[in-house]
Amino acid sequence: MSGKTLYDKLWDSHLVQQRDDGSALIYIDLQLLHEVTSPQAFEGLRMANRKPWRVSSSLATPDHNVPTTKKERISGVDGIEDPVSKIQVTTLDDNCDEFGITEFTMKDIRQGIVHVVGPEQGATLPGMTVVCGDSHTSTHGAFGALAHGIGTSEVEHVLATQCLVQKKSRNMLVRVDGELSPWVSAKDVVLAIIGKIGTAGGTGYAIEFGGTGIQSLSMEGRMTVCNMAIEAGARVGLIAVDDTTVEYVKGRPYAPKGEHWDMAVEAWKDLVSDDDAQFDEVVVLKSEEIKPQVTWGTSPEMVIAIDQPIPRAEDQEDPVKKEGYARAWKYMGLEGKTTLADVTLDRVFIGSCTNSRIEDLRIAAEVVKGRQVASTLKQAIVVPGSGLVKAQAEKEGLHEIFEAAGLEWREPGCSMCLAMNADKLGAGEHCASTSNRNFEGRQGFGGRTHLVSPAMAAAAAIAGHFVDVNDLVKH
Amino acid sequence: MRPFTKHTGLAAPLDLANVDTDMIIPKQFLKSIKRTGFGKNLFDELRYEDEGQPDQECTGRPLREDFVLNLPSYKDSSVLLARQNFGCGSSREHAPWALDDYGFRSIIAPSFADIFYNNCFKNGLLPIVLAAEEVDQLFVEVTAQEGAQITIDLENQKVTSPTGAEFSFEVDSFRKHCLLNGLDDIGLTLQQEDSIRSYEEKRMNEAPWLFLSREK
Repeated sequence: MSGKTLYDKLWDSHLVQQRDDGSALIYIDLQLLHEVTSPQAFEGLRMANRKPWRVSSSLATPDHNVPTTKKERISGVDGIEDPVSKIQVTTLDDNCDEFGITEFTMKDIRQGIVHVVGPEQGATLPGMTVVCGDSHTSTHGAFGALAHGIGTSEVEHVLATQCLVQKKSRNMLVRVDGELSPWVSAKDVVLAIIGKIGTAGGTGYAIEFGGTGIQSLSMEGRMTVCNMAIEAGARVGLIAVDDTTVEYVKGRPYAPKGEHWDMAVEAWKDLVSDDDAQFDEVVVLKSEEIKPQVTWGTSPEMVIAIDQPIPRAEDQEDPVKKEGYARAWKYMGLEGKTTLADVTLDRVFIGSCTNSRIEDLRIAAEVVKGRQVASTLKQAIVVPGSGLVKAQAEKEGLHEIFEAAGLEWREPGCSMCLAMNADKLGAGEHCASTSNRNFEGRQGFGGRTHLVSPAMAAAAAIAGHFVDVNDLVKH
Repeated sequence: MRPFTKHTGLAAPLDLANVDTDMIIPKQFLKSIKRTGFGKNLFDELRYEDEGQPDQECTGRPLREDFVLNLPSYKDSSVLLARQNFGCGSSREHAPWALDDYGFRSIIAPSFADIFYNNCFKNGLLPIVLAAEEVDQLFVEVTAQEGAQITIDLENQKVTSPTGAEFSFEVDSFRKHCLLNGLDDIGLTLQQEDSIRSYEEKRMNEAPWLFLSREK
């Protein structure tokens, strides 16, 4: 019998009950909650007169529609100008109070994007199952945890039973071999992967990312890669545990301590795929071939390296692709353009659960330091992923570098990634964004999103259009 | 949950691949704390010319005339014919809530995104995967004849086209059972309380650090 993959091991260690039809009851160790996908779940509990099974397994923070300007943030929830957003955040506060769930409210320095906060606090641990009513929960797979997004009914199900009814996915290995080139980041790697396998390439699979190109990434880089597994259609992204993982977790507020720490570290050593494990699918990329990536269309798979021409609909053979490309060209207003350097940018957004951690901000600051954002730009904003990321950045003086260069320094939240708060694109505006989705209307009605790494977004802010960050930093 | 057994209804052909959840229900409508009322904003950006706002009255908003649900013949559809990778993107359950609230009971496509597919079953909405050629044939039949109806029989896992062609489909037996009987799966899981407790006990010994209470 062949060995087990990391996914197999995580599945087996959380199996409560296997059913004859292939579905199973899986135990959930950590549920992260935010204001958008939880109110109806709490309401469901109340209607059925149910209580959470284990409140200590939940951690909540508002993120999706919190404002990011100082003016609105100064008085916490009361300062939210949009009355509908305010009700939603207040509802989360009330529900957490009622059910006794730990919440980092808007006034808490630990508040931030759920997928930044969980790992930062050591709430996310290797070997766990982690769920959240948000598809980017795959982020936590970077810790060798089985993590995926769920809908609101399942949020309620986990609250009430501590379990989920699941069917096991198939195993896919995406291996990235070799050392990454200068200024090529985790974001470029994952965009290149999505470009290769497509937005449905991972549907039905749990993807394990491996190879030296992945192993050499920091935990923050690994989170960026796993974060976008869902953009390749896979609910689960995973990376094996190694010293980098253990070092990152050590000493965090909710990480195990003392004897528990030693036990945990010993157990985590097994959180790798066995040498003889069989994957249903293996995809290999060479690091040296990955260049800085930019999306040109309305799906994350519509991505090219910065030096490539924008692909044309008429050159596509697959009729579905041809039609999709034609629609994307029209929506993105690309007529008459040949490369992404021809696109004049209106806004730049550095933030989101994909790229708002301290290393992302350091890289962006390094690029803009001593430079000025292009005068043609309407706005460039930097939105840290949590209050603690913000504090760390300010300690390092990064906010001064951003502000001196002409970027706005904001308060933590999801912000312009999905534009549920006031940060959004106007119709027809092009944005270089470090977020994860470039769907039609995602960042605002009629808005045009181009996904890039923090370094590429920073370079684009300076140039006013897309440019290879390598070329920019040379000058 | 409303049971799903057999349904016959008007089918609307949405001829677009990779329809994402932002298209199904744009983010500004996610601020609601209710499960209902999303139907008028289903496919908001594809359906209306202007930008929709939460709590806005939608009658009188300028319509995109060519969008399928704006054509008088498809207005009262209850079956949605769609293309590959339907429902990709976010985990928002507001997407099936909006489809349900509009009046859809089933969606037929060659493939679905995982989370969306799963969310449908929790809301009495049946997502059906058919082979691409079968979906193509349904598109042809539905567009050829105004008022064409499709019949879906969950018990026998069968779709009947307007001309009488029959296609069978797969569905997990547990999901089928819940949908046929309109069962709330939280109640079913709670019947397994003993199994959950004994798992916890075993796990607490193996990995006690997972069960510590978190200080605020």
